[in-house]
Parts: sequence; C-alpha cells; structure tokens
Amino acid sequence: MSIFVDETTTVVIQGISPTSQGLFHGLRNKAYGTKVVGGTNPKRGGEVIEGIPVYSSMAEAVKDTGATASFISVPPRGAADAIIEAAEAGIAFIVCITEGIPAQDEALAYNRLVREYPGTRLLGPNCPGIISPGKCNIGITSGDIALAGGPVGIVSRSGTLTYQALHELSQQGIGQTTCVGIGGDPVPGTNFIDCLAAFEADPETKAVMMIGEIGGSEEERAAAFIADSMTKPVAAYVAGVTAPPGRKMGHAGAIISGSQGTAQAKMEALSAAGVFVTKNPTECGEKMVAIVRGLG
Amino acid sequence: MDLYEYQGKQYFARFGIPTSPGGVADTVDEAVAQADAAGYPVVIKAQVKVGGRGKAGGVKLAADADEARLHAGNILGLDIKGHVVRRLWVEHASDIAKEYYASFTLDRPNKTHLGMLSAEGGVEIEEVAVTNPDAIAMLHINPIDGLDEETARSWVDRADLDPEARAQAATLLVRLYHCYVEGDCDLAEINPLILTPEGKVHALDAKVTLDENASYRHPEWEEFAADDADVDVREKMAKEKGLNYIGLSGSVGIIANGAGLAMSTLDVVTQAGGEAANFLDIGGGANADVMAAALEVINADPAVRAIFVNIFGGITRVDEVAKGIIEAMGRVKLNSPVVMRLDGTNAVEGRKLLADHLSDRLIAEPTMLDAARHAVALAKA
Repeated sequence: MSIFVDETTTVVIQGISPTSQGLFHGLRNKAYGTKVVGGTNPKRGGEVIEGIPVYSSMAEAVKDTGATASFISVPPRGAADAIIEAAEAGIAFIVCITEGIPAQDEALAYNRLVREYPGTRLLGPNCPGIISPGKCNIGITSGDIALAGGPVGIVSRSGTLTYQALHELSQQGIGQTTCVGIGGDPVPGTNFIDCLAAFEADPETKAVMMIGEIGGSEEERAAAFIADSMTKPVAAYVAGVTAPPGRKMGHAGAIISGSQGTAQAKMEALSAAGVFVTKNPTECGEKMVAIVRGLG
Repeated sequence: MDLYEYQGKQYFARFGIPTSPGGVADTVDEAVAQADAAGYPVVIKAQVKVGGRGKAGGVKLAADADEARLHAGNILGLDIKGHVVRRLWVEHASDIAKEYYASFTLDRPNKTHLGMLSAEGGVEIEEVAVTNPDAIAMLHINPIDGLDEETARSWVDRADLDPEARAQAATLLVRLYHCYVEGDCDLAEINPLILTPEGKVHALDAKVTLDENASYRHPEWEEFAADDADVDVREKMAKEKGLNYIGLSGSVGIIANGAGLAMSTLDVVTQAGGEAANFLDIGGGANADVMAAALEVINADPAVRAIFVNIFGGITRVDEVAKGIIEAMGRVKLNSPVVMRLDGTNAVEGRKLLADHLSDRLIAEPTMLDAARHAVALAKA
C-alpha cells in the first residue's frame, strides 16, 4: 500500500495554460501514470490543452470528473485562494508546490482548512510533492529516481534532499511505498507527525526515513510522537548542523523557541526517541538499507 | 527583511502606534539639528541591526547641544559586533514610569499568531522568560478571528499592566496587531513599551521584520531596502544576482541546488575537516547564467581556496547543469579549483559532457562525501 495517494487518485491541475508550470509538471506526472483528469482556468473553460480538459472552476472540475486531488503551482499571490477553492469543491488532497506565499496568507488558509474543511488535507506549500512509486506522482519529483514496491516510507522537509533520499535507496534496490515532501514553509499543511502516523498504519511500510532541517520544532515534536506511538524503525538526518545561525528574530523568537530549532537539539531529541540518527544523507540511506535487509 | 529602529518607528506610525518625536541623522551636524528640533534632553541611538547596542555604547542621553555633538561623534563609526554605525536616530528623551514588553509573531507549532505581553519589559525580557515565565501573558490568535479591543482589554488585565496604562495599551495592541497582519510582518515587537509619569503609553523601540514574500503588495517597502547599507558586500552582490547566499568564514566555496542540499553540503565539508566560505542555493534552474553568477560571487571572495559544486538533478537535468558549468567556466576566470558532484536525472549524460573538460582545475567525484574530502584537501593545500 501507500499513503495519501495511490492508483485510484484522480488529479486536477489548478491554473492550467499552455505555458504554465502546472501544465509542464502535470504532463510529467501524467506520463508517469498519474490519473490527471482535468485542469482549471477561469478564462479557458471548455478548452482541451494537451489532451487535458479544462474547466473554469474547481467546482465544475470536481462535478464533472469526481477528482479527489489537486495540484497547485500558481504564483504566490493566487495560491492561497486556489487552496481554498479546491477545499470548497470537496478535494480531499491538495498538493501546493508554490514557493513564496506570504506567511499571513498561509496561516489564514491553513486555519480555514482546519475550521471549515476538516476533510481536506493540504501538502505544502513550498514542497516537492508526493510520489507513491508506480502508482501516482503529484509534484516535481523525478519518477526515474523512485523505485516501486516498498518497504520504506520517506518524509522530508527539503526538496533536493528528498531526491537524494530516494536515490540513496533506489540505487541499492530498496523501494519506497510513498515519499512525501512536506516542505519547509512556516505553516505546512501536512507535518512529520501526519506522515509518520500514516506510515505506522500502512502495513506495507516497514521502516521510515526522515529528513529534517534546522528551524522550528517539528522534528522535536516528531521525536515525541515516535517515542510514544511508533513501532517501525526510523532513520533520520537533520540538515544544517554547521549552518549559519539564523538571524535572531527579536526577543520573541528566543522566548518561544528556547534551545529548540538547532540541528543538534533535533538530533538529540530524535536519538532519545530511539531513531537512528545519521550525519549525512548518504549515511542515512546506508542505515536504512541495513535496517531493511535486517528485517529479512 | 529586518528594519532599523527608525524604519520600524516609521512603519508603526502608519498604523497609528505612538512613538517619541525624533528624526534620523547621518552626520554630527544633522544629529544636533534633529536634537534641537526634538527638544532636550534627547536620546541618540545607533541604527544597527544587532542587539546589545546600549551595552556597546551605542545609546546615549544628551542634555544639550554640546553633549549631543559629543555623543553623535562618538557613536557614528562605532563598530558594534561587526556592524559599523552609519546612521543615528535622535529622539526626545521620555521620562519612564514603567517598561512593558509587547510582540506579535507566528507560533509555528500552533500554526496561529502569538501575542506576548509583559509588565516586566526592558533589556532583561529574555531573562524574565526563563526565570519567571508567568510574567509573560501569551495570547494565541487564530488569524480567522483576529484581535478585537475586548480581547485586548482582558489580555492587558491578565498581563497585569498598571491600571492607568490598560486602556491605551489595549488600543495600541490592536493597532500593533494590524501592523503585524496587514503590514505583513514576521515580527512586530516593542521593547520597551513605556508608561510615562504623565500616564501616556508609547513605543520607545521598534523591532520589525518584514515578510519579503509579501513585498509584491507593499511598494512602500522599497525605501526600506534602498536604505540598507548594513549588509555583507558578498551578500549584496549575490542578492543583485538573485542568489540565495550567506557569507561564512571558511575557505571552501559552496554551490548547491536546494536549501536542504546546500545545508547538507556545509555539513559534509565540516565532517571532512574543512570549513565552508558560504551557503549558496542556486535553486531549481541551474542554467549557465545562474551557474556563472554563482561562480562569480564565490570567486570574488578572497578567502575561497576551493569550490565545491554539489548538484542533484530532479526536474533540472544534470546534462543541462553540466552545459551550464562548462559555459560558465569559459566566462569566469576562476581563482580556485572546482570539485563537482553531479547526480540525479541524466547524471550519466552530464558526466560524459564534462569528461573532456576535466583537469586539475575541474574535478569530478562520484559522491558527495568524496567531493567534500577532495575540496577540503585542495583548500588546505
């Protein structure tokens, strides 16, 4: 099995035009085998672009196609509205790769989803997307570097390190159930814990590889979840041990974050939770391969 | 983007948040003129984007024009933790009865806004947070609901501000919240927020960080960016070229695609016994122009002894990156050897393209760790 998306997932590309990023990536996803059933563009309803039927709104697209997922790569100023439009139309899983959405818009959209559309899950913004190898690929991950068949689930905050993680496993012949890039924005729609819980519940996922980054406290919270609720082995890498200390945000940042947020604090928290903490992505891949082979 | 205090106060003024009367000065004469206009006594404050300026001698009280001249002369040019003072803020000195603390920022774990208010403001606020956390009244605000006067009033009660300050503080906090939300701030902080002996509440300092993702809807921010002299020259050059660069102090120049991979590259360089000269994320599109710009920025850093290019192709195919590197090397005369690690989509084709160009100045390594070791060895040679 896989988490969040599989061969039954049907996808609408929000904001499609002959020159849009959405079309470029959507066609790649379609070529991978993803069921791309439509696109939206308020000015192009009724057209067909590269074989993809275009609707003028998400409501129409969902009514006509029954789509379950959407893919957003529209520019930052329209992205938050696009997220809400998809949720209103009843989309269950939204992938938003848009980078640079104002934090105020992102925080508002997230809280609207939680309060008004609890049935909708948002992945991103500012993430590479999600791939369940051999079944469904929504976003910008290159399908070539993924390997179907499991048993590893991957969850990562960083785009290129997500690819690195897939690559490290695939070249050793170890497949993945699902690889989720949650993105590094301040208010991610889906966090580590959401993914870890889904991997824990997925019978085909036998182990989880987790790639974190400095900043915030998501890794620390994930560590607490792993200690309390996970039986499957987890290997982790946290990027940024030697990264320059981030600019300090007044006193407020220091008051709320304390020592949280450094790579060191994150690695210690994960280690204390029984996670195999590694020093770089290659070592993390090697550890994961060893864990999987040890499972027999 | 962090604002200077004077910019923060100008920004506050747009939202009706009261501050002390004052003005900026870039010379001693200007400082005296501003002091005359504000009315003595005045406070002369160094405008730098770093904390602890008071302890470094960057904030002085002046009773008259002679003192203003003396202090302004001493503070201009002062080096505060590597930041040289080029501008002063001169304002009328306020009598202070009480110092409070107020701020709004995003609470990432809660995914809501967080207001913090304390009756024990001032320079020791972080100390207060540790030793007496109950003295800081936290208020989580769902962005859908916002902050109304009624909630603000109960918040100032809970923070136990002095009774005569409460009504004014509540109004000011609602305005500060508007500044934070509509003004697209990552942080809007006042420390100290003061109560004067006459019973007036106003902001004595301003710490504002703007969310640069929102700059498209704030044309007025351009003047803040234009006034920004307080940056690393390398970072300024990189910014002009549209690169995400942070200057560091080591000798291995770093170019990587993606922030995570760039951070990871720093990590492996350190693990190999070296030290990175910079963080540089060239993002998704590593074409020849971007690669040339990145190499130029790194080449301009005299501390760099070796350059480590770490690329993992996703959508960006490695053969395109390889073409970019070859073209860029033709355009930029490099002072240091380049060690590359290219992997991902079309890596085989990319390596094939580079094969004819390899030399002791352009080296390819199969893995990130091998490349890090090689670059560190070259930097130390």
